[in-house]
Amino acid sequence: MAKTNLIGLSKGDYKGAPTTLCQGCGHNSILSQIISACYEMDIAPEDLVKFSGIGCSSKAPTYMLERTFGFNSLHGRMPAIATGAMLGDTTLTGIAMSGDGDSVSIGMGQFKHIIRRNVPLAYIIANNGTYGLTKGQLSATSEAGLALKKQGINEFDAIDICIEAMASNATFVARSFAGDPKQVKTLIKAAMGHNGTAILDIISPCVTFNNQDSSRHSYAWGREHYSSLHDMTFIPARDEITIEDFEEGTSQDVTMHDGSIIRLKKLEKDYDPTDRMAAVQVLEEARAGNYLLTGLIYVDPDRPSLIDILNLTDTPLNRLTEKELRPGRETMQAINDAMF
Amino acid sequence: MKNKIINDFSITVGTSNGSGSQTSNLTILRALFKMGIPVTGKNMFPSNIQGLPTWYTIRLSKEGYTASRDEHEIVVAMNPNSFERDLNDVISGGVFFYDNSIKMPIERDDITVYPMDVKNIVKDAEIPTNLRSMVANMVYVGIVAQVLGIEIEKIKMALDFHFKGKEKPVSINMGVIEASATWAAENLEKTDPFYIEPMNKTDGLILTNGNTAAALGSIYGGVQAVGWYPITPATSLVEMMNSYLPELRNTKDGKHTYAVIQAEDELAAVGIAIGAAFSGLRSMTSTSGPGISLMGEFVGLAYFSETPVVIWNIQRMGPSTGLPTRTSQGDLKQAMSLSHGDTKHIVLLPGTVKECFEFGWKALDMADRAQTPIMVLSDLDLGENQWMSEPFEYPDEPMDRGKLLWEEDFEAFEEKHGKWGRYRDVDGDGIPYRTVAGNRQISSAYFARGTGHDNFAKYSEDPDVWLETMDRLNLKYETVRHFVPDAIVDETNNANVGIIGFGSTDSAIEEARDLLAKTGLKTDYLRLRALPITETVKKFIRKHEKNYVVEMNRDGQLEEILRLEVPYSANTLFSSTLNNGLSLTAEWIKNDILAMEEKNHG
Repeated sequence: MAKTNLIGLSKGDYKGAPTTLCQGCGHNSILSQIISACYEMDIAPEDLVKFSGIGCSSKAPTYMLERTFGFNSLHGRMPAIATGAMLGDTTLTGIAMSGDGDSVSIGMGQFKHIIRRNVPLAYIIANNGTYGLTKGQLSATSEAGLALKKQGINEFDAIDICIEAMASNATFVARSFAGDPKQVKTLIKAAMGHNGTAILDIISPCVTFNNQDSSRHSYAWGREHYSSLHDMTFIPARDEITIEDFEEGTSQDVTMHDGSIIRLKKLEKDYDPTDRMAAVQVLEEARAGNYLLTGLIYVDPDRPSLIDILNLTDTPLNRLTEKELRPGRETMQAINDAMF
Repeated sequence: MKNKIINDFSITVGTSNGSGSQTSNLTILRALFKMGIPVTGKNMFPSNIQGLPTWYTIRLSKEGYTASRDEHEIVVAMNPNSFERDLNDVISGGVFFYDNSIKMPIERDDITVYPMDVKNIVKDAEIPTNLRSMVANMVYVGIVAQVLGIEIEKIKMALDFHFKGKEKPVSINMGVIEASATWAAENLEKTDPFYIEPMNKTDGLILTNGNTAAALGSIYGGVQAVGWYPITPATSLVEMMNSYLPELRNTKDGKHTYAVIQAEDELAAVGIAIGAAFSGLRSMTSTSGPGISLMGEFVGLAYFSETPVVIWNIQRMGPSTGLPTRTSQGDLKQAMSLSHGDTKHIVLLPGTVKECFEFGWKALDMADRAQTPIMVLSDLDLGENQWMSEPFEYPDEPMDRGKLLWEEDFEAFEEKHGKWGRYRDVDGDGIPYRTVAGNRQISSAYFARGTGHDNFAKYSEDPDVWLETMDRLNLKYETVRHFVPDAIVDETNNANVGIIGFGSTDSAIEEARDLLAKTGLKTDYLRLRALPITETVKKFIRKHEKNYVVEMNRDGQLEEILRLEVPYSANTLFSSTLNNGLSLTAEWIKNDILAMEEKNHG
């Protein structure tokens, strides 16, 4: 018998259609970590909802969670679809999958505005620095100097997705690397537990068009220049928290809105992800120092989400009936009387 | 003494935009309405916040006509910048009221001229300095009331309504109005023939505008998600929703059964509505031409993914930014086929304020029933100007959520039809059964997409699958043809000549028919209320030797659509169009049709 989680589901219950992405594509690795994260967090596929835009990244949700409702929307417009869709039943957990072209070229406006509204959603950007589906054009996250076949040399500096998220006042900003599945999974869990828009920028190499050793989005470069802010453990709200043996001052707990905890163990230096200025500083240092900084860069677990602000009914809006939605007959007379 | 002219003329006030004259104009309009006199009020305003000339025209019509007219019998000039034009606009025999601080020559001896001592009246009224410019516009209310005969107590009722019974602003404004009326009684001798006298022709009617009606209709239709972005002249629709929703739709403990989200642009506005519809909410947006153009991409997605959404287009003049504060019916063809590829949309065409309310709730039902975008075309004239209307009627049908399956419906469905697929047409009407995010039934989920898909919403590039889907969408369109609001037909004249129109031109066409009848030309009339057209429309066209299609766009868009629908009767169709930003007058329609009649006979 297949191994099951606490709600009696096997990993197979979280699978999707067989992938049609290239063999070795970083996106496949992200997908299997999303599946593992959902399985390990004991969330039923029916309690999730998935979204994507257009591009290789956005095809990816087809290959996971086939028992989950989803919307493969338009190029750069996923945030609007997700914003509306998250209103129907706020007990659902949202997972959005996008790419660098989808989110910070054509979709930069929507990317910024979903962050501004703090729509509760794990917003994963599979960032490979190229347009894969149209066969290898330069993207807004391609580094200056990158040479791609047929495209020549990129003359423009890259947009840093995490810095853009910080500038938009995001409440959750993290970066990871498809080559570090353990960290990817932990961050996905944290992002899903966050009550707001959780931006997760995952460097996800495109093995077909942008995986030269010198490319900032390749496996080789990522491994060579990898730097993690901390070791992370995600402790779901239901687990009893036991004091592990760690030295005083070497670990920091961040309590999320739902009671889950992200335990961060110090590596080389102290880092406090609730310190906004520190977050901006480490991002700028990594950009200047040319290395792949990963980890939970910034989190503010307490800012109200769009759903908190809207003050919706406890019953999901999509379960309301005519009785709740159509004002009573007696109100019509009053409305007419109040007209001049 | 010339013959008295009673309750059958227009009053036009020329002021400066942003000077607060709207309150004064609405006060006159409402007072006349309360006197029982049929009125309409039309605002002619610039795309500007403050300073440019703006006009407000009130038509009094004892016959009950509400269309615009070109003739200005009474003109009130408060703005030096439009003084000359305002003076020239007065018809011969008309009346010219003006602020006497404007020192400009008046070289007309064919009109009655009344100077108004605005400055001194305001000064004597002991108004706090900061309010003086606002109340200056109340001077003409008092003087016009005194000279023409508007009842002061009706003015008080109008102000009470406007200021929601707040005593202080009412008494300040009433003070100025009464002082002005007294000044006029003491200083002006009435020599003009125009008189306002009470009637009883507005009993049981309300005075409102199409955007308010559409907002309320949508609320009674159970709208739950609104994505929107500010744009003239559609903004007031959502603003009215925001003002009524808390009162009508909050739960007892103050929770909201709805979400209204101001988006960053029109792309996101309609995207939010479509996303909400995907999760089962009654969703809509409201915009105008430039916003509709931006929404094209998303509307194609909603069409192809079969997501219900209502899109109100309060039409203004295009192309491009066009004339943002002028009316038009130029978006008809765009509405029908918005977005690339083989798209076809259902278009509702409200022609009255009351219909804006009715289509407000019906559009939401139709969207759910047909699982497709419903485009509702109003326009600036209908949406933002003040119209008399019968009171709004409570929906006479229960809310229709269409073919929507929840957990408890699956067993029965699968027993009857076999495996559920999001796009499987099990009823043969082109409309499949829908599930929405949040349904916990294990086999209820699907991955919505704008890419090619099979009956189970799986990605497909198969040519046969593609054809099957597109043919089914066509079948659905034909199914919907049978439940769109039918055209309203008046064939009581049993005439050879038919007039076809839609939307806000209704009142002008009805009046034009009376004018045409006086010249000896009897006409029948069909007012279209939706696209695709119904059998009623085809019958009407076939029945009439000549059909004049009246509309406010350059190319005769409706006439073109009708030609394609009734090719064998295309030679009976004649296009009567004017698109200059102003609402049509009955006089223009009459003359245009008579000119075509002459040509047709010649």
